[in-house]
Amino acid sequence: MKQSLFTLEHTRQLTGDTYELVLSGDTSAVTAPGQFVNIQLPGKFLRRPISICNWTEDALLLLVRVVGEGTHDLVRCVPGTELDVLSGLGNGFDLTQGGAHPILLGGGIGIAPLYGLAQRMLEAGVTPTVGLGFRSGKDAFYLEEFSKLGCRLLVATEDGQLGTKGFVTDLAKNVRECDYAFVCGPTPMLKAVHGLGQLTGGQFSFEARMGCGFGACMGCSVPTTNGYKRVCKDGPILYKEEIVW
Amino acid sequence: MVNLSVRLGDVELKNPVIPASGTFGYGREYAELYDLDILGSFSWKGTTAAPRPGNPQPRIAETAAGMLNAVGLQNPGIDAVIAEEVPNIARIFHGPVIANVGGFSLQEYAENCAKLNDIDQVAILEVNISCPNVHAGGKNFGCDPHAAAEVTRAVKAVTKKPVFMKLTPNVTDIAEIARACADAGADGLCLINTLLGMRIDLKTKRPLIANRTGGLSGPAVFPVAVRMVWDVYEAVKLPIIGCGGVSSAEDVCEMMLAGASAVEIGAANLRDPCACKKIIEALPAVCERLGVERIADLTGAAH
Ligand SMILES: Cc1cc2nc3c(=O)[nH]c(=O)nc-3n(C[C@H](O)[C@H](O)[C@H](O)COP(=O)(O)OP(=O)(O)OC[C@H]3O[C@@H](n4cnc5c(N)ncnc54)[C@H](O)[C@@H]3O)c2cc1C
Ligand SMILES: Cc1cc2nc3c(=O)[nH]c(=O)nc-3n(C[C@H](O)[C@H](O)[C@H](O)COP(=O)(O)O)c2cc1C
Ligand code: FES
Repeated sequence: MKQSLFTLEHTRQLTGDTYELVLSGDTSAVTAPGQFVNIQLPGKFLRRPISICNWTEDALLLLVRVVGEGTHDLVRCVPGTELDVLSGLGNGFDLTQGGAHPILLGGGIGIAPLYGLAQRMLEAGVTPTVGLGFRSGKDAFYLEEFSKLGCRLLVATEDGQLGTKGFVTDLAKNVRECDYAFVCGPTPMLKAVHGLGQLTGGQFSFEARMGCGFGACMGCSVPTTNGYKRVCKDGPILYKEEIVW
Repeated sequence: MVNLSVRLGDVELKNPVIPASGTFGYGREYAELYDLDILGSFSWKGTTAAPRPGNPQPRIAETAAGMLNAVGLQNPGIDAVIAEEVPNIARIFHGPVIANVGGFSLQEYAENCAKLNDIDQVAILEVNISCPNVHAGGKNFGCDPHAAAEVTRAVKAVTKKPVFMKLTPNVTDIAEIARACADAGADGLCLINTLLGMRIDLKTKRPLIANRTGGLSGPAVFPVAVRMVWDVYEAVKLPIIGCGGVSSAEDVCEMMLAGASAVEIGAANLRDPCACKKIIEALPAVCERLGVERIADLTGAAH
């Protein structure tokens, strides 16, 4: 973990409520895809946890969906704004554990950490299949970015406007040879994927209301088969076999 | 050079800044960020006899200028703390430690405190009486002067370490509880714990926190804490650790003026993990501005 100032470089609107943000600063504390940052915002007492979508030595890429005042304020920051950021939080995905052909499943804003994960997998010689789910065609984003990485991309929308009509679980069922999943999305989606018979293993990214984001307050802790774990420190990635619903 | 050292009874601290229980764990996470030896002391997470899993999620809600928490005293239990955390604390911090102890019966408080007798680094026992008494229908010890006095006596009977009773603000007259603890032999007091609060989610129309209620802390409670420290300072002649909403060096001085000998800082650490470090660094200049050479002279100076 590191606390430092990041400068907002640019913001790009992706859909009606989703934005891409690039922040420059010291990313030396970031060690794995799936980690997150915790951002202090003026006028808000608690920080806002946001997944690291991707990173370089001196920049962070974040995808933010506006759901309340904090995220509203964040996407409206003008370039040049300095933000107090705790970076390199959480365990992150372990990309050595999914075999040669894992499936990456993301729902809505949950696709964010899968982007950096997919890129690093490809660099490491792993060829992931990526399945992304959205409510409707107009809610879809980052399809081109994922395609450009060069991974096999499958898309599902609930209303069938784009790709397969249905959920990411329907995508997974079409690639039965994939038996290991890296998953991020809303809790019902995590639960549905967790229940898929074809999976022998998987890593699931969880969310929780956080007090600190760095392991000190026990605000985020959840039961697992290995005892209670802090989503912010021992997670946000939990392994298939330890998850308790 | 401003002298920042303060005394809590016989215990000397190099400065009045103490991270508050429950916001600092057992120090591990903060030791990654700064040298803990700059701190006057720190109060570890409320520790009970048995390991406690704590409350269901969600446990945290944001409020204007603060937060609610319903962690539910999640901790690994006193034996695990002694076996695993105490040796680690000795590595990362070399000053006096405040051991915050919880309990659900008189016997549990006494047993927990007795187990800490041989740990030299524990300089003060901070007894959290904002806990429900399982033998009295779950009524908080800290809400009843008689029960608060009983806990004080039970703990004093088993330890030679200074005993500071940590008071709950969820009472009509905190001075009455303070007097009861003082008469029962407490060596000092710490106040305030969190104020009971609630938030309701407009979308689900249900309480935001699974436990329904949570404890309010952060800058929102600062004036309440200052007033209560003032009241208690007037009522008893014991050293007071002031706590509640402190987030700046100025707040530390204000809390001391109200009557605190040292100050605990809680929620501010969650918002900014370096809050205590920044406050300690800012204290000398603030004292100079106030024209004080010894910060200890501020204690009670507003009365
Ligand atoms: C590990 C992790 C990674 C995340 N990654 C992303 C991401 O990449 N992109 C993105 O857009 N969002 C992400 N989120 C969700 C994001 O943190 C919330 O949407 C955001 O905190 C909402 O703040 P708000 O002020 O807009 O909403 P409000 O509802 O007004 O927030 C009120 C309080 O509740 C908390 N809160 C509300 N929703 C959530 C939530 N889903 N999870 C945790 N806390 C919440 C807020 O932090 C704040 O303390 C992530 C959450 C976690 C825990
Ligand atoms: C997440 C959290 C956990 C806490 N846990 C404890 C605890 O275990 N024991 C205790 O005596 N007080 C506990 N407290 C109360 C604080 O120590 C402090 O008394 C209170 O938060 C007021 O100070 P603040 O406004 O600076 O946070 C907790 C507070 C928070 C925010
Ligand atoms: S949010 Fe504080 S421990 Fe996870």
